[in-house]
Amino acid sequence: MNRPKVLAKERYLELYRKLVMIRRLEEKIDELFRQGVIKGAVHLSIGQEAVAVGVSEALDKKDLIIATHRGHGHCLMKGADLKSMMAELCGKATGLCKGKGGSMHIIDVKRGMLGAVGIVGSGMPMATGVGLAIKMQRTGQVCVCLFGDSASHGGMFHESLNVASLWKLPVVFICENNLYGLTVSMKKASAVKDIAIRAKAYAVPGVVVDGMDVLEVQRAVQRAVKRARDGLGPSLLECKTYRFMGHSRGDPAYGPYRTREEWESWKQRDPLLVLMNKGGLTSKEVEGIDREVSREIEEAVRFAEESPEPDLSSALEDIYA
Amino acid sequence: MRAITYAEALREALAEEMRRDERVFVFGEDVELGYAFTVCKGLIDEFGPERVRDTPICEQTIVGIAVGSSMIGMRPVPEIEFCDLLTLCMDQICNEAAKLRYMSGGQVCFPLVVRSPAGKWGSFGAQHSQTLDAWFMHVPGLKVAVPATPYDAKGLLKSAIRDDNPVLFIERKLLYQIPGPVPEGEYLVPLGQAKIHREGKDATVVAIGRMVSLALNASETLEKEGIKATILDPRTLVPLDRESILASVRETHRVVIVEEGCKTGGVGGEIAAVVSEEALDDLDAPIRRVAALDTPVPFNAALEDFVLPSEERIIQAVRDVVSF
Ligand SMILES: Cc1ncc(C[n+]2csc(CCOP(=O)(O)OP(=O)(O)O)c2C)c(N)n1
Repeated sequence: MNRPKVLAKERYLELYRKLVMIRRLEEKIDELFRQGVIKGAVHLSIGQEAVAVGVSEALDKKDLIIATHRGHGHCLMKGADLKSMMAELCGKATGLCKGKGGSMHIIDVKRGMLGAVGIVGSGMPMATGVGLAIKMQRTGQVCVCLFGDSASHGGMFHESLNVASLWKLPVVFICENNLYGLTVSMKKASAVKDIAIRAKAYAVPGVVVDGMDVLEVQRAVQRAVKRARDGLGPSLLECKTYRFMGHSRGDPAYGPYRTREEWESWKQRDPLLVLMNKGGLTSKEVEGIDREVSREIEEAVRFAEESPEPDLSSALEDIYA
Repeated sequence: MRAITYAEALREALAEEMRRDERVFVFGEDVELGYAFTVCKGLIDEFGPERVRDTPICEQTIVGIAVGSSMIGMRPVPEIEFCDLLTLCMDQICNEAAKLRYMSGGQVCFPLVVRSPAGKWGSFGAQHSQTLDAWFMHVPGLKVAVPATPYDAKGLLKSAIRDDNPVLFIERKLLYQIPGPVPEGEYLVPLGQAKIHREGKDATVVAIGRMVSLALNASETLEKEGIKATILDPRTLVPLDRESILASVRETHRVVIVEEGCKTGGVGGEIAAVVSEEALDDLDAPIRRVAALDTPVPFNAALEDFVLPSEERIIQAVRDVVSF
């Protein structure tokens, strides 16, 4: 155990800033969605921020991520420009994807965010291919593939873990287990309690991680990344977490399929609180950060609002290279 | 000119492109031994197991690997052993490969080629005999090539590998062992350019894949009756060489479209629509489509022949449009 027992306060504040950045961004997205400014569906990761931050903290700039429909946090943490993200969510021409991707398909290839994939589970075979390309090109990168618990019940999970393990590909598979797929609980959908145990079937490490604790996530991902870079192949991490909001479309946080009690018990473990407690941060200490973050987000919203709608002719662009 | 088979022509294309560009690699089920249709046979000797790679049986992940690896700079050419199995890969082909460039506002491209054989093999039954070209023609963002001769097989595959878009390269099982003239050395057949195999003023027969040789045989019989038909092969369905088809129809005023897939929702329906939208006034007869009957392909050989298009049906259709 050579890790320092006590992190410097600045480190905690830095991590706090990242967590609260995603939190405030998504609260704003929710607000804009309810106002009809953001259209379609938005899947908020409020409650799950520690995974996005922990993952990105364990990666180098050159590393790659494939995420899911719930991918705002990952995209932002990978370094995407907040303004371009907000503009994309609003469908504007200045958006990351010129207004053609939207919330569910937010992509910033230059920053290594290869995509938020809207089809549940489909990122896994793609990440396997990214891993193969990395290995063939000998670039030393790692590809992190995020997916939900529901995605882990489908065939692509098994196919991809098998191939990635067989070929020792530098991929880290990370299940963000928030216990639900839409309204269906893990209890009704999974034959096993821990998804991580499935790693055994493919001879890769399977690790259950406290997904509410950014430092725990970072540590686990760091180990998996090292293993991948060392040429030892993939890992499967299962981050136990919880979404504090509904699935999408502004549906309620609790109601027919989960109880208020359950929701409240997870709220006690809010990643922001967990970090503040660990670092001994007081509300006073983070006030300044909160203000700054809110200001940045307002600026991004303004940028998005002032941005032009895409030219109709752009609908016919980017179909073929 | 030397004659080599369709399979050999494809193998030459793969080998030449792998030599030319180290980002090109092939993988799939049984490719190391080139078992199923021999196309990849022997490639491993020259290119080694990193670039010629057997996979487990997991079709959607095979295509997914192509999507992911092409996204960051490789040029994968996976083989899907039978085109019927493309049903298992529809998500990766249609939702990922064909969409992500668009959805990302042009940030990525997918220079991948999925090779897969379609059509009759002879009593292989309904799960190993389908021709699904039309399904993929319906997906913007994909290109679709269907070579009919060894010459086209080689030239089109080389172009497909160099193309920066996902290309579905749909071969034909019964053509693999058929030889044809193929020049030594390098040449390309561009995607999106039809080929006129034979010119005649009485009717245009648009034939696809294995149907080209049936149409050519049919045209010989027809010629004895004094009917001269143009045999035109679009070679790629996306992009479709509409201009060549329309130009030919404007000369012959009659058109028959021949495909091995079934009629309803088929390629012929699309081509017929193009002709009627753009050249209705030039037509002197209704458009005729010769296609498989709308049934699964049966096992029994006589039943199989009955449901699939035949020379005889092509002859009938041409006679029909000419005598209208
Ligand atoms: C293959 C597929 N099936 C269904 C859907 C519709 N859908 C979108 S999100 C979702 C739930 C996914 O749950 P999970 O994988 O656990 O991720 P979470 O939403 O909890 O983050 C469903 C069913 C889809 N997008 N793709």
